Parts: sequence; C-alpha cells; structure tokens
Amino acid sequence: MDFSFTILILALPLFSFALLGLTSKSLKADLAGYAGTTSLLVITVLSYLAAWRYFGGGDAEAGFGTTIAMNYLWLNFTDTLQIHIGILLDSLSIMMLVVITTVSLMVHIYSLGYMKGEKGFQRYYAFLSLFTFSMLGLVVATNIFQMYIFWELVGVSSYLLIGFYYERPSAVAASKKAFIVTRFADLGFLIGILMLSFSTGTFDFDALTSPTGPVISQPAGSLFMGLSVTTWAMLFIFMGGAGKSAMFPLHIWLPDAMEGPTPVSALIHAATMVVAGVYLVARLFPIYAMSAPEALDVISYIGSFTSLFAAVIACTQLDIKRVLAYSTLSQIGYMMVALGVSGYGGEAGLGYMASLFHLFTHAFFKALLFLGAGSVIHAVHSNMMTDMGGLRKYMPVTHVTFLIACLTIAGLPPLSGFFSKDEILVAAFEHNKIIFAVQWLVAGITAFYMFRLYFNIFWNRTPEYHHAPHESPVTMTLPLSFLAVASVFAGFVPFHELVTSDGKAFETSFHVLVALPSIAVALVGIGLAYIMYFKQNERPTKLAASISGIYTAAFHKFYIDEIYIFITKGIIFQFISRPVAWFDRHIVDGTMNLIGNTTVAASVVIRRLQSGKVQLYIWFFASGVLLLTLYMLLQ
Amino acid sequence: MNPLLLLILIPALTMAGIMLAGDVKQARVISAVGMSAQLLFSFVLLYWFYQLRQSGNTDEMVFVSTTVWYPSLNIQLKFGIDGISMSMIMLTSIVTFAGVFVSWQVEYLTKEFFISLILLATGVFGFFISLDLFTMFLFYEVAVIPMYLLIGIWGSGPKEYSAMKLTLMLMGGSALLLVGLLGIYFNSAANGGPLTFDLMQIAKNGLPREAQMFFFPFTFIGFGILGALFPFHTWSPDGHASAPTAVSMLHAGVLMKLGGYGCFRVAMYLMPEAAHAMAWFFIILTTVSVVYGAFGAIWQKDLKYINAYSSVSHCGLVLFALLMMNETATTGALLQMISHGLMTALFFALIGMIYGRTHTRMIDEMGGLMKVIPFVSVLYVFAGLASLGLPGLSGFVAEMTIFVGSFQNVDTFHRVATIVACSSIVITAVYILRVVGILLLGPVRNNHYLELKDAMWFEKLGGVTLLVSIMIIGIAPLWLSNLLREPLAAMLNQLTN
Repeated sequence: MDFSFTILILALPLFSFALLGLTSKSLKADLAGYAGTTSLLVITVLSYLAAWRYFGGGDAEAGFGTTIAMNYLWLNFTDTLQIHIGILLDSLSIMMLVVITTVSLMVHIYSLGYMKGEKGFQRYYAFLSLFTFSMLGLVVATNIFQMYIFWELVGVSSYLLIGFYYERPSAVAASKKAFIVTRFADLGFLIGILMLSFSTGTFDFDALTSPTGPVISQPAGSLFMGLSVTTWAMLFIFMGGAGKSAMFPLHIWLPDAMEGPTPVSALIHAATMVVAGVYLVARLFPIYAMSAPEALDVISYIGSFTSLFAAVIACTQLDIKRVLAYSTLSQIGYMMVALGVSGYGGEAGLGYMASLFHLFTHAFFKALLFLGAGSVIHAVHSNMMTDMGGLRKYMPVTHVTFLIACLTIAGLPPLSGFFSKDEILVAAFEHNKIIFAVQWLVAGITAFYMFRLYFNIFWNRTPEYHHAPHESPVTMTLPLSFLAVASVFAGFVPFHELVTSDGKAFETSFHVLVALPSIAVALVGIGLAYIMYFKQNERPTKLAASISGIYTAAFHKFYIDEIYIFITKGIIFQFISRPVAWFDRHIVDGTMNLIGNTTVAASVVIRRLQSGKVQLYIWFFASGVLLLTLYMLLQ
Repeated sequence: MNPLLLLILIPALTMAGIMLAGDVKQARVISAVGMSAQLLFSFVLLYWFYQLRQSGNTDEMVFVSTTVWYPSLNIQLKFGIDGISMSMIMLTSIVTFAGVFVSWQVEYLTKEFFISLILLATGVFGFFISLDLFTMFLFYEVAVIPMYLLIGIWGSGPKEYSAMKLTLMLMGGSALLLVGLLGIYFNSAANGGPLTFDLMQIAKNGLPREAQMFFFPFTFIGFGILGALFPFHTWSPDGHASAPTAVSMLHAGVLMKLGGYGCFRVAMYLMPEAAHAMAWFFIILTTVSVVYGAFGAIWQKDLKYINAYSSVSHCGLVLFALLMMNETATTGALLQMISHGLMTALFFALIGMIYGRTHTRMIDEMGGLMKVIPFVSVLYVFAGLASLGLPGLSGFVAEMTIFVGSFQNVDTFHRVATIVACSSIVITAVYILRVVGILLLGPVRNNHYLELKDAMWFEKLGGVTLLVSIMIIGIAPLWLSNLLREPLAAMLNQLTN
C-alpha cells in the first residue's frame, strides 16, 4: 500500500514553522494562528487517512506489519552505522500519529482563543509547529538515531515554549531547568545508543527489534556487574526515556514546566512529549522483553514508585496546574509499570497493550483537564485553587467537561480511563502482587486528589471575584467538548486487536476480581474528597495538622528540588567550576606569566652587563685577564 | 597558472587596492568586494574540485604545482588541495567575508585595519594550500604577526598585555614547531635521496622511528598550542577578550583550526608510529581540555571569556577525535573544526555587536536584550543552540560523528575517555543556557538599553551568512562528511600501518 503521502505529515509543520518564524511580526497575528491551525488540520486528516489505510488494509489475525514509507540517508558514520531520516509506520507509530495530531489540533484551536492578544502570538504558533514537527518525526523514526535527533528537537521546542513568557524570570528558570535535566538524561540515552549500536552494528529499529534478528537471538555478551552489555545499554536508554517522561528522580522539571502557557502544558507536558519515554520503551520492547528482563524490572519499580510518590504530592498542592502535573507523573508511572510487567507476544503482552492503551486514553482526558484548567485560569486570572470556588455557575461547559475528565481519570466505568487502567491492573496482578497493590492504592489516591481539585474549583465557597468570571469563547469550549467526547468513548477502541507487542490480535478477558476493587477504591477516594472539599469546612486543615510531618514533606515535594539545588549550585558551581576557573587563572596562566616574568627579571639582571659604559667593560676585561693569569700561574 | 594561487592573489590585490583607496568608505567597499570575490572563487574551486573527482581523478592532491624556490635547501613552492583543505578554504573565506562586514564601522586607521585583517587571512589561505613544510610554516607566521598588531592597536582593555601574551605563546609554539619541522627535514631522506620539505614525499619515504619519537611531541604540541591544547590554552581567553571583533572571529574561527589541521596533516600523518605510541598521553590531555574548558566556562562572567573557554572545550574535542585515529572519529574532528569555526565566529561577531551597543561584556550587567535587540539576540540563541549540539545545526553532526567514531575503539581506556568527553554535552548546555537566560531573557535591567538599535544591514549580512552555513551543514551534512572522508582512507592507512 502506498503511504508516500505521509511525508507531508512531516513536511507541513516544518514548512509552517519556517514560514511563521521568518515572517514573524510582518504577518498579522490572526493570520499566523489560522495558518498554523490549517496546516495542522491537514496533517490530522492525513494521519487519520494513514490510520484508516493501515488498519483497514491489514489483517488483525495475521498481525499488522511494518511499512517504511520513505528513508533517506542523512549521514553515514561507518558502512553499517548510518543515520536515515525516514518514516516508519506500524501500529505503534500510527497510534501515536493519531494521538499527537488530534491533541495538537485541539490545542491549536484552543490557543486561538486562549492566547488572543498575547505579545508574540506568531512566535507561539511557530514554536507549536516546531514542536509538532519534532514530535511527529520522533514517533515515525526508522532508526534510533533519528529518534535521538527528534528527541533533542522536541526538547528544545519544549524549552522555547516553557520560556515563552521570557520576560518572567520564573519562566526562564523553569525552561532552563527542563532543558538541562532532560539533557542530562539524554546523555544516558546517547551512551546507551553508542553501546547498543556498537554491539549490534546497526541503528535500524527493524534490525534491532526483530525477534529473529541478531540482537535478540544472539546470546548476551560479556557481563559487567552481573548484567549483560545489552541490559546496561537498555538501562542507559531508559534513562533518556525517564528524563523525558519525568520519572523519579528526574521528574523535577515537569512541575516547574507549568510556567509555560497552559495549552502548551496540555500538549507537551501532558499528552505527547512526556509520554515519549513510554514510546521509547515500547519501540524497543522486544529487546527489553527478551534480552534485558532485568531492565524491565527496573522500569516497573521506578514507574510504580513514581506513580505513588507523585500522587501523594498531588494531594497537597494548591496550584491547579501543578496538581495536574503531578497527576501526569503518576499516570505515566502507570504506563511504565504496565510495560515493566509485560511479556512479549500474545496474551503475555497484555501489559504492553495496556500501557499504550492508557497512553491513548490519558492523552485525551489529561489534555482535557489541562485545557479545562486553562479555561478556569483564563476566567479568574490565577492558578491557585484558593482563589477559586463555585465556578460551576459561571462556566457550565468547562464544568461539565472537567467533571467528565475527573471521572475518567478516577477510572469509573464506562469511561475510557476505566478500561485502560483496568488492563494495567490486570497485567500487574498477574506479574507482581506488590506492584498491583501499590497501583490499586494509587487509583484511590488519584480519585481523591482529582475530586479535591474539582470540588475546590467548581463547588466549595465562592470567593469575591473582581469581575464575574465568564465562560470562555467557543474556540476554547469546542476543543473541550471534543476532548470530553473522546475521553468518554476512547475506551471502546479495540486496542488488543490493533496495538499489541507482536502486532497480532489477542483476546482480553474481564477480571471481576480486579475491576470491582478498583471501582470501589475510586469511589472511596471520591467520597473522601466530597466530605472534605464539597463545602467549606475545617476538616482539611485539621487533617493536615494531624499528619503535619508527612503533609509538610509532601507539600514541599519531599525536598527533591532542594537536593538538586545543592548538587548543582553547591557542588557543580562552587566546588567544580569555581576552582577550575581559579586554577586556570592562577596556576595554569600563572605558570605562563611566571615564565614571562622570569624572562623579564633575568633580562634585568643580564642587562647590567651591557650597560655601554666603557670603564665597566675595561674593568671586566682587566679582571678577566688577571684571573686567567692567576689561574695559569697556579697551575 | 595554478588556480590555487588566486586564493593568495585576490587578497593581495585587495590589499593593494585598499592602500590606494582615497577614504574610509572606499577602503571598506574594496575589502568587501575583494572578500566577496574570494568567497565566490572558493565556490568555483569547490565546483572544479567536484568536476575533477567526477571525471575519475583519484589523486590524493589535485591542482598540484611545484616550483623550486630555494634549491640549496630543496624548498619548494608546492601547492595542492584535497577534500580536507578544500573545506578549510571554504571555512576561511566564509569567516573572512563575514568578518569584513562585521568590522564595517571600524573608524580608527581603517585602511590599516583591513589590510592587516586580510593579510592574516592570506596567511591562512596560504597555509591550507601549501604542501611544503617550509612554505606552510612561512604562511603560518604571516598569519600570526598581523594578529599582534590587530590586537595591540585596535584591541580593548589590557590590549598590549594580551597581544604580547598571545604572540609570545604562539611564538613559543612556533619555536617548538620549527624544531619539529627541521627534525622532520633532516630525517626525510633516511632511505636515500635528497632531503626534502615536501609533505607527500616525506610521507612516502617514512621517517625513522627514533626520529619520530623525538620530534612528534615538538610538532604536536607546537601545533597544539594554536589549537588550545590544555595546559597551553591561556592565551586564548585574554587574547580574545582584548581582540577586536573580526580578529576574534578569524582567530577562533580559522587560525585555531590551523592547529588541528597541522596536528593531523603534519604531526600524525608524517609520524604515525610516534602518534600511536603517544596517543594515550594526548588523549588524556584533550579529554581534560574538553571537560575542563566546559567547567571553566560556567563560572565566567565576561562573554568573551565564556566563549574562549567554550572554544577550549570544543577544540579539545577536535584533537581528541583526531587521536582516536579511525575514519569516523577523524571525519568528526574535521567536521568539528568547520562547525566550531563557523559558530564561534558567529558568537564573536554577536558579542562584538552587543559590546558595541552596551559597552560592556559582563553578563550580569545586562539582561532582557531579547526585547530590545531581537535580531542579534535570536542569532545568539541560534549560535548557542549550535554550540550545545542541537540537531539541525552543525554542532550536532560533528559531535555525534566524533562520539560514534571514538566509541569504535574497543578498549576500556578509549571508551572511558569517550564517555567522559560525552558528558560535555550536558555541561555545555548549562553554560549556554545560563548565558542566554541572564543576557537575553528576563526583564530589561538597564533602562538605557531600551533605546538600543538592532543590527544594521552589514551586521545582519555577516551574521546571517554564518548562520546559514551552520544550518546547511546541520540539515544536510552528508556532502561535507563525504568531502572530508574521501582523502581520509589513504591517510589513515598510513597511520594504522
């Protein structure tokens, strides 16, 4: 089947970036917005077309294959290690195309209203186009180095968008932090690529992940500290993924990244870029499952811990975007857990399917939550939930869609979050009971903090607003409504027939033993939130006081930021850079100056011999003669 | 006539023209025309070069011409180029072209300034086309001397001190180099035949092992000083800080490349056995350079110091990769030379533009420049992103080729060195984003800056030329990589056997 049209999916956003970037202010703001949005609409249609052709043309029973739509040589390192820039289409990348273009389109439309009148509107749309280009390039990569290239480009677009309000110091700091933390993680990714590509002699995903290919079928090479080289390489590569997906302890940049415009948070820091780590592990999943099972265990532990850790912090935060940011961490933790407990092929690959299913549904309901939060922030001009309350009366559309999103993330049937989370819990249950217990608990905490958020925004006491909040314009409510519909129905997509670890369909069964407790715990969470936050009362303060130690620690995000500041400012700046700078000035350069000064000093001494005074010369001469005569006489 | 001679003739004619120029304006225009012609001619040369290659010419060097110059010592004017020198010529003409435009507003002794600048460039062009060690050395000195005048006369700050320091340290390097070159010369006929300075001839003859072991360090360090080899790099921060904009551009952009080029083409190529035996020592030094320079840059407050230390780090990577002695890493080293040349020239050009407006180079005295001089600021961000290795700009291509190439050496020592060098990509990000954050973003801290004017047309022209070159390499690197790789197979054959 011909998929060559997919080249437009990459070309259009790049073109739109170049156009908006070069014309910048000479283009009228509205026009720039429409241009960007139109180009995205076309890409979305093309992605859907690709999905329709791919899934429609394939046979689920036999398994969906892999199509390389195009592949150009970009740079060759050696005869075998070559970077191609191309488009690889399989069920995984097609699913990502659909998710990214859909959410991105919604964000483009939404931003027409949200960013209206902002300075740098054209720049904003240029950056959005750049991001979309990079993200799409990442998911269709045909080889791991292409992925790395776009991975970095995604990082820089995220940097530019977080720092969009560049006159605000906090935004500048946040963007810098995000870039450097992920860059540090990317160092691991790079080392992983170097190790993997050296031992396998290829960058191509096709060759790397083929179960019968040399990478997987050959026995692992030498061991280092009990793990094979492949396992080490895969762990390093996961480090890159953990950075982008903000897994503990590399998560610190994500909450700060909320300094960016809210639609950006919805697109990049909720639905697309932050799941790149999940995508990376999924893309290389056959290697993880068959050659590096230890790495997979590590992934499941880190994912599980992050999901619990972030959920606890989310219960204490007051900035609504930060609550959502921690919620995102927690949900990505779920996806990582699912990958970590999965096997390869058939029903053993349930976790793999569940992870991507959750990625799919999460993209919609989390984008909806962020855009809803943006709508609220747009109305009350504050991020703090203490400045909100009773907004259901003023903003009906935002209220209903936000409620739907909260119910979805809480995992109540028949909304999409229920299905995907349930599959993850089933997969965890079959693999590791402790992880299952943790994830089950986190499901309850999730329901609690989401409804804490919901009640605090839309119910509870109504503060005195300076001017009455009003519903957002239709450019904003339309995407909200669309995403709400998607959140409700995305769960009915038959993922187990479409996106599976080996491309072949398998049967999933409904586990009452897992589903009922998870519904129950969600209801308990919602109930607790209702008791504490539905109406204004003293219970939250009392509870916080009674567990003040944990509460304070959670409120301060368990002091991880402080540890980082100590390491960067205290150790790297003060204890490495500063001494290096001093050493260079005073020791290295000092030596050079010393050589110079010694030469000068020596010349001062020697100069006296060349004074030009004839008497002195005669004196030298005479004493020389005298000395020589004496010497000869004595001999 | 050998077309390569035009590379020297065009600048010579330009200098003569400037001398005859009536006023400042004419001097500027003549320089601009001359250097544009030079740039144009470089493109023509590249085209001819490709034509020759396509017609099946596989000689190591093309456009070769030999004239005996001083028969009793067998010194020849021997010129010729291969893919490596071809790309260095391109780099030099681009940077010189941009440098002339960036210096458009030099008011003091304008004619003399442009003459010295172009003389410097002439030396560099001559160096890259020479195939005779003596001529090579001659042109090298031609490049260094005007540097002293340019810094001493048109510089800023403690310019006499800096000019003296830079010149003396480079002269120290020359002294070592001279010993090395004479050593090579007197051992060039170990297997009979006349003594010679001819690079290709010496390579063919081979030098005795003892001579290699003795003279390799002289030659390598001699060139290495110019390439900012740790711990002989301290001329660079002071020198750059005092040098006028275009001189910094040419110096960091091109002259420092002479070091890397010489290390490879003279020291390593002619003395392969010694190179193998001593590589480990220099790999340690260069690995230190890479990380040390980057850490040093974090703590600096003066824009030019930051860039000078960053150059120590990036040029350290050049020598590091050369010493890895395999095709991929060496290609990476040459790519890095070109990439660093372009981006550091862009950096210095922009620093000059900023300094010309704010009269300070201290980052903590500035802030929020993005709002007042967006054109300059955006270019600065691009230069920064190129420096920290963003895909799509040249730095990424060069660094990745180096890392992948270096990793092909299987032993633990090379692997560890590679991973240590890799870590510089994080440190680079730290200091680049720190500068961008303090200098360009945030609120405007000084209200006087609100009235600053953005880049003028000539500044835009200079900056954009460099940026476009960086982008072309970053987006479509294959042609350049192949151009550089083509002569390497034969040279590395020499090195590994």
